[in-house]
Amino acid sequence: MADHTSPERPQPQNTGWQSLVDDWSSDRQAFKVSWGKAMMWIFLLSDTFVFSLLLIGYMAVRLTTPQPWPDTGEVFALTVLGHEFPLLLIAIMTFILITSSGTMAMAVNFAYARNRRMAALFILFTAILGASFVGLQVFEWTDLIQKGVRPWENPMGAPQFGAAFFMITGFHGLHVSIGVLYLLIVARKVKRGDYDRSGNYEPVEIAGLYWHFVDLVWVFIFAFFYLL
Amino acid sequence: MAYVPSADAHAHHEPQSFVTKYIWSQDHKVIAIQYSLTAIAVGIVALVLSGLMRVQLGMPETDLVDASAYYQFMTMHGMIMVVYLLTALFLGGFGNYLIPLMLGARDMVFPYVNMLSYWFYLLSVLVLMASFFVPGGPTGAGWTLYPPQAITGGTPGAGWGILTMLLSLAIFIVAATMGGLNYVTTVLQARARGMTLMRMPLTVWGIFIASIMALLAFPALLVAAIMMFLDATLGTSFFMPAIIAMGRELPHEGGSPLLFQHLFWFFGHPEVYIVALPAFGLVSDIISTHARKNIFGYHMMVWAIVIIGVLSFFVWAHHMYVSGMNLAFGFFFAISTLVIAVPTAIKVYNWILTLWQADIHLTVPMLFAMGFLVTFVVGGLTGLFLGNVVVDIPLADTYFVVAHFHMVMGVAPILVVFGAIYHWFPKITGRMMNDTLGQLHFWITFLGTYIIFFPMHYLGVMGMPRRYYAYEDYEFIPQSAHDLNAFITYAALVVGLAQLLFLYNMFWSAFYGRPSGGNPWRATGLEWQTPDTPPKHGNWGEKLPVVHRWPYDYNVPGVEQDFIPQNEPRPHSGTAEGEHHKAEEGRS
Repeated sequence: MADHTSPERPQPQNTGWQSLVDDWSSDRQAFKVSWGKAMMWIFLLSDTFVFSLLLIGYMAVRLTTPQPWPDTGEVFALTVLGHEFPLLLIAIMTFILITSSGTMAMAVNFAYARNRRMAALFILFTAILGASFVGLQVFEWTDLIQKGVRPWENPMGAPQFGAAFFMITGFHGLHVSIGVLYLLIVARKVKRGDYDRSGNYEPVEIAGLYWHFVDLVWVFIFAFFYLL
Repeated sequence: MAYVPSADAHAHHEPQSFVTKYIWSQDHKVIAIQYSLTAIAVGIVALVLSGLMRVQLGMPETDLVDASAYYQFMTMHGMIMVVYLLTALFLGGFGNYLIPLMLGARDMVFPYVNMLSYWFYLLSVLVLMASFFVPGGPTGAGWTLYPPQAITGGTPGAGWGILTMLLSLAIFIVAATMGGLNYVTTVLQARARGMTLMRMPLTVWGIFIASIMALLAFPALLVAAIMMFLDATLGTSFFMPAIIAMGRELPHEGGSPLLFQHLFWFFGHPEVYIVALPAFGLVSDIISTHARKNIFGYHMMVWAIVIIGVLSFFVWAHHMYVSGMNLAFGFFFAISTLVIAVPTAIKVYNWILTLWQADIHLTVPMLFAMGFLVTFVVGGLTGLFLGNVVVDIPLADTYFVVAHFHMVMGVAPILVVFGAIYHWFPKITGRMMNDTLGQLHFWITFLGTYIIFFPMHYLGVMGMPRRYYAYEDYEFIPQSAHDLNAFITYAALVVGLAQLLFLYNMFWSAFYGRPSGGNPWRATGLEWQTPDTPPKHGNWGEKLPVVHRWPYDYNVPGVEQDFIPQNEPRPHSGTAEGEHHKAEEGRS
């Protein structure tokens, strides 16, 4: 509390809680991150609420509907070589999406190493995995529609099953699709050398934040919609 | 990775053509004015609707509106006033204008996103206005849009009306999200040298916390809107139980109408504070400036804003006591509701203690600020009645609720809106608004709103239900209530027309008002210290300001003027530091 009128405060290198207090009581900025990254984090916080409420809404209607809820293990089973594997398709989709998180992390690593070619390649690879996830989702939707499931009806029981399924996976699929476009744009910019010129590869990491978020949301959808 | 926001570099890209300067503008000040004018325009529509409703209630023999139109007007009036006027004006209008100026920034962090935010808002307003022209007219579901009636036949506007409303809300949420992200990031990451969080004006604190709340509360409305949209178009049953409507069995079953109420109020109650917190902030700055006194208990004021923001996410079901719920939940929500009164009361006491023995200048902004104080206390006290389950149950759905709600959420914030416009108008245009017209506007509005809403408490306690289109032929409603209704209508029409004074004053003064100079109120905030008035693109000329103190150094002994602007270095005399130290140390 030495000099309150000096424009800049001393910045002691504290650790633990004290460093948090220092960050929040500093001038100019509260977090030592760029504007874009801060904004992406805040957006993801807001989007978390959207997905949480969608899942809570699904749980609420699952409780209120008097009809039986279909067994997701059977509904999403895949027959391979004459043998029925419960949830196989969803397992593959989950595996693909989590793998894409790994490739995205590698892309960020290559980007900060200024390895333009590899960074662009891995972002592209991530986008392809994302696109194949959406492709499998289309397959899954087609399968369910052929089984007679609609947003308004469901031959296996509660009509809310169809409604929640199409709404939640649709909303998530929309996020993945937007993410694929977003990644393609970033990949193109990396390839063109935009970030070499600006000297800042952070946009790759920001795109990565979004992508990891979409993956993480899927894990919750997987747990709450498919496993429960 | 170290990142230095090179704010000084933003100074040189001033747009030249008329279109880039005033229409597709990325300047936060122009966007703020666009937001404000759009919000005021749509607010006038809502005001006219309320006038039409009052004519029906006060003079039912005129038959000006029929039952369907009454419900449609009521729905649109409520939704427009709460969402499209107050939220947009406080966050998009005042937030956009004041945050960068008060923090010493050149602009919002992402001006392009900021511009998109306005255009999405305008689109949402246009979609909403379009619902007046769709087949069946706008929705008449009541402003809370409760299902099942919102989408079943028989409710006016059940087809196109409700769909345009939901679509418009979704677009508005996109706009509010883009704006809110900008406001929050700007406050957190783009402040001037020396501007710590605890040196920010309370206006910025209020808008900052309200923006965070908007980012967390609007998702609930978005989810509710998506589900209801699917219910209405695809025939899903999220909110629809098995139901017979208009003698016909509907193809729905198993949904939960209560789920909608929870989602709506999980948005709806924070929404009250999304509107109130910016108002708290603005009014703190107005009071401090015009009472020439530092704000009492600055740190308490900040923490009260934060605590109110957090608590407001835990009280939503107090809007649903009559929907039926577990007694323990009713108990919980009644307690949390009453607990919110504590930080709120701290704020009110601090305002009063700021005024205590102050050098009060009864300027027009100050009149409105004091009008807010009184009105907010009156509205808040009736909130204590409605927050208790046993008192709420007989009073719910009567005019008591209408009175409470309009006092605390309608009149109180709108008084702040007026006060803030009179206060910051000189900075926005470089001209003063006319004082005589302003005084006249204040007294008619302030006294008029009491004449309108005070008797409604009485009508409510008497048991007069709200949301009825006509009250004839009810034995328990005496003639005196009808006379009172007519009286309220006359007052409402006078107050409504008196707003023309304000509009005339605003537009006339923008061009012909007395030139104000840069700092007509002798205020300390950074926004009053800009090199140009109105501030040019980039706000600060060549050099960004440096902040040396908190924003409330008023009535400082030993300095030439009685105040020290935030960007002024240590004064020659040491006496001013005493006050400041005290305020700073209040934290430890």
